[in-house]
Amino acid sequence: MSDKYPLNPNIPPGPVQEKWTSHKFNMKLVNPANKRKHTVIVVGTGLAGASAAASLGELGYNVLSFCIQDSPRRAHSVAAQGGINAAKNYQNDGDSVYRLFYDTVKGGDFRSREANVYRLSEVSTNIIDQCVAQGVPFAREYGGTLANRSFGGAQVSRTFYARGQTGQQLLLGAYGSLMRQVEEGKVKLFPRREMLDLVKIDGVARGIITRNLVSGELEKYAADAVLLCTGGYSTVFYLSTNAVNCNATAAWRCYKKGAYFANPCYTQIHPTCIPRFGETQSKLTLMSESLRNDGRVWVPRRKGDERKPSEIPESERDYYLETKYPAFGNLVPRDIASRNAKEVCDEGRGVGPTGFAVYLDFAEAINRLGKDVIAQRYGNLFAMYHEISGDDPYETPMMIYPAPHYTMGGLWVDYNLMTTIDGLFALGEANFSDHGANRLGASALMQGLADGYFVIPYTLGNYLASAQPKPVTTDAAEFEEAVKNVQTGVEKLMSINGHTTADEIHRELGNIMIDEVGMARSEKGLKKALEEIPKIREKFWKDLRIPGDAKDYNKELEKAGRVADFLELGELMARDALERKESCGGHFRLESQDKDGEAKRDDKNFTHVAAWRFLGEDKVPERCVEPLEYEYVKPSERSYK
Amino acid sequence: MKVNLRIWRQPGPHAPGRLVDYSIDGIDPSQSFLEMLDALNEKLIKEGKEPVAFESDCREGICGNCGLVINGVAHGPKAACTTCEVRMRQFEDGQTITVEPFRAKAFPMIKDLVVNRSAFDRIMSKGGFVAVNSGSAQDANLQPIHKDDAEHAMDAAACIGCGACVAACPNASASLFVGAKVSQYTWLPQGKVERHGRVLKMVKQMDAEGFGDCSNHAECEAACPKEISVSNISRMRREYTKALLAGV
Ligand SMILES: Cc1cc2nc3c(=O)[nH]c(=O)nc-3n(C[C@H](O)[C@H](O)[C@H](O)COP(=O)(O)OP(=O)(O)OC[C@H]3O[C@@H](n4cnc5c(N)ncnc54)[C@H](O)[C@@H]3O)c2cc1C
Ligand code: FES
Repeated sequence: MSDKYPLNPNIPPGPVQEKWTSHKFNMKLVNPANKRKHTVIVVGTGLAGASAAASLGELGYNVLSFCIQDSPRRAHSVAAQGGINAAKNYQNDGDSVYRLFYDTVKGGDFRSREANVYRLSEVSTNIIDQCVAQGVPFAREYGGTLANRSFGGAQVSRTFYARGQTGQQLLLGAYGSLMRQVEEGKVKLFPRREMLDLVKIDGVARGIITRNLVSGELEKYAADAVLLCTGGYSTVFYLSTNAVNCNATAAWRCYKKGAYFANPCYTQIHPTCIPRFGETQSKLTLMSESLRNDGRVWVPRRKGDERKPSEIPESERDYYLETKYPAFGNLVPRDIASRNAKEVCDEGRGVGPTGFAVYLDFAEAINRLGKDVIAQRYGNLFAMYHEISGDDPYETPMMIYPAPHYTMGGLWVDYNLMTTIDGLFALGEANFSDHGANRLGASALMQGLADGYFVIPYTLGNYLASAQPKPVTTDAAEFEEAVKNVQTGVEKLMSINGHTTADEIHRELGNIMIDEVGMARSEKGLKKALEEIPKIREKFWKDLRIPGDAKDYNKELEKAGRVADFLELGELMARDALERKESCGGHFRLESQDKDGEAKRDDKNFTHVAAWRFLGEDKVPERCVEPLEYEYVKPSERSYK
Repeated sequence: MKVNLRIWRQPGPHAPGRLVDYSIDGIDPSQSFLEMLDALNEKLIKEGKEPVAFESDCREGICGNCGLVINGVAHGPKAACTTCEVRMRQFEDGQTITVEPFRAKAFPMIKDLVVNRSAFDRIMSKGGFVAVNSGSAQDANLQPIHKDDAEHAMDAAACIGCGACVAACPNASASLFVGAKVSQYTWLPQGKVERHGRVLKMVKQMDAEGFGDCSNHAECEAACPKEISVSNISRMRREYTKALLAGV
């Protein structure tokens, strides 16, 4: 690891437009006969993992593919709705690779690596070609060409979509390719497995330990490289738009084995979700952002106004986004919309039974365009809302509230997607990625597929050809030791025998995370979180109750392991947020705002990636820094007024 | 509100199973059915009992992970939705609700309400794809596709692989699942090259897995949370005959 300290992003030389092309040429290749001799572990079967495993299988590597669900097709990527960006410029509206690059760097509030973002934009066009060739049924125009829409406030129409099920269709495309390799014998599937540790030999990643989620058996797998494609960690907040099994365990255990964790405090809170209704809720439902195209956001002017929305006259309504941001109005970026909703609710002007909701009102649009047009545009969303909330949005305004949605932070990787542990790579939402401090809508699917289809097939080959890992088997002492450690961990959890369930503790953690490490963060609040989280952790280790047997299908044991890791990750998020004494993207520090209450970046002191290095249990981790340089997109203020 | 539950409990594939009675109070009508089961489990854990094993992930009707037979109906009382989308307000206060797993010979039991649906993956491995390697595709707009064809393909592609069609079918046939995938590629030019081999191999695997034959009950369509039409089964049959005639 010493050579990785300080962090070296390994960005290839040359102009940004040529870096990837020349890097591809300069990287070493593994010849076909040798590919057969290499085994690669791919953990995760979302867009990143499925595309990587399929592509590597096609190239001739032996791939072992793992996921938690019963089938790779159910990975959380399946839930993405809105679409995927690509710089195709099919609409002739001025888009280009450079513009997507520019928008992404700016959208990330100047906290991402230019070289990575450029590559992402560059390969974005290949992704669409690939998916169409696979038979992904994207929306089309009458002439038979692909349709696009503009998304998340972009000025060009570059988003490709398959109804409201884009993630599902892209995932099924990647899953199909994966299953084809299974049939070819190049990929072996291991569903219902949870990776619980990374095995290192001579400092290099050489395998994983998993728990078979049906039998409870601990299993060992060896390989020449390990690819972590395990998704994001929004579920640290308990309530989020993510699937309930999403977790940080694999990434967290790698962190504890020496992989640096970058920018953990960068989280995205999505403004248009159905508000929570009570304590027993298990997740929050995202409503498409497109609703803000026609819906008007408002709250009553007066605090504690309990009248029905229809009884509140226009003059007593506050359309706060329209007043505050006349240029963008209801279409301001996600972070700004979210923060403002929180602000008005904190002032006591929120609506609904909990007071944590704002109205999204379609009355004006229905008047102007007619009910039919609105039904055409949003019919399915209105029906979904009606179903969940019991209210009819044609008759009464919707209620929405922000919810944790995406995590920009993740394992630190260099340009080749390798972490600070040689042989361990991170792809998709699991890495700290190309989105800086804020991700643009429809760019996560793009990044997952870019990493899997187009980046890792090259950079992994280069690693294997250069490092020439010696053969290992799971008989190595390091595997035995790792299994023993995992075993001890499982036994420790099972033996607590207290009274509190994993969910109860998770909810408690979630409350403190959303209050203090959520949309607005302050020194005081973050310090409070740093005091409270260890207390919750203590309670967890004293009073947890897991029924049943560890050698059986045991959901409570699964949950407990994940919550144990969240209780540590949550603390690191608070610590990272405390140290980043600026506001940028999704990270808003109350101490760092201008006189109008807008986020204030501190480029002089914080134009860098913060990557945390684990130093041991109960030790404060070390904050390492990768400086960021902007040669092409000059940092400017993000203003939406 | 309060509900009485009769839930299928079975400790493992070889142990006998039975319906066990529970009741739970204090349920909010806006809670989802699975959140009601969460609440029941929390209560059971506190009482020192084993919680009911069931599966879910996205909890918004798209991953296909959840799947319960509620009062005899796959995915419960409401049409066109998955188990996780069922809300408690669809039940009466004090109602008795029976909850069972998706049963089929090809879906072996794991525990309680959890079954093994990997037969679907094995069917997909026989042809649920277009064989194209990463990096070898032409520009996406070089091949125009009629909007209607793309829409038809999407209708079929909407399948979430939950297995409700199998659970609802008196013969436990997987014809709707396979028919939907075959249809998606029948509507698209990309699927044409491999069409004959695809349908023959997928159908052969479906039979090998022990799914029954389709005898046109159309219960599958009624249970499908994505409203996939049985016309996909007819299309699959036609494709199958064509493939046989083509002598692949
Ligand atoms: C509701 C919703 C809508 C969205 N809409 C959009 C959109 O329109 N456009 C867009 O670009 N993005 C969208 N996103 C974001 C996007 O879906 C995700 O960022 C992206 O799909 C993540 O893909 P992934 O491959 O990195 O991980 P995931 O799809 O999360 O996959 C993770 C995989 O890792 C496995 N795994 C996890 N931990 C372990 C372990 N310990 N052991 C073994 N396996 C493990 C899981 O089983 C799974 O297979 C949306 C997100 C949500 C929540
Ligand atoms: S949990 Fe995903 S469809 Fe029900």
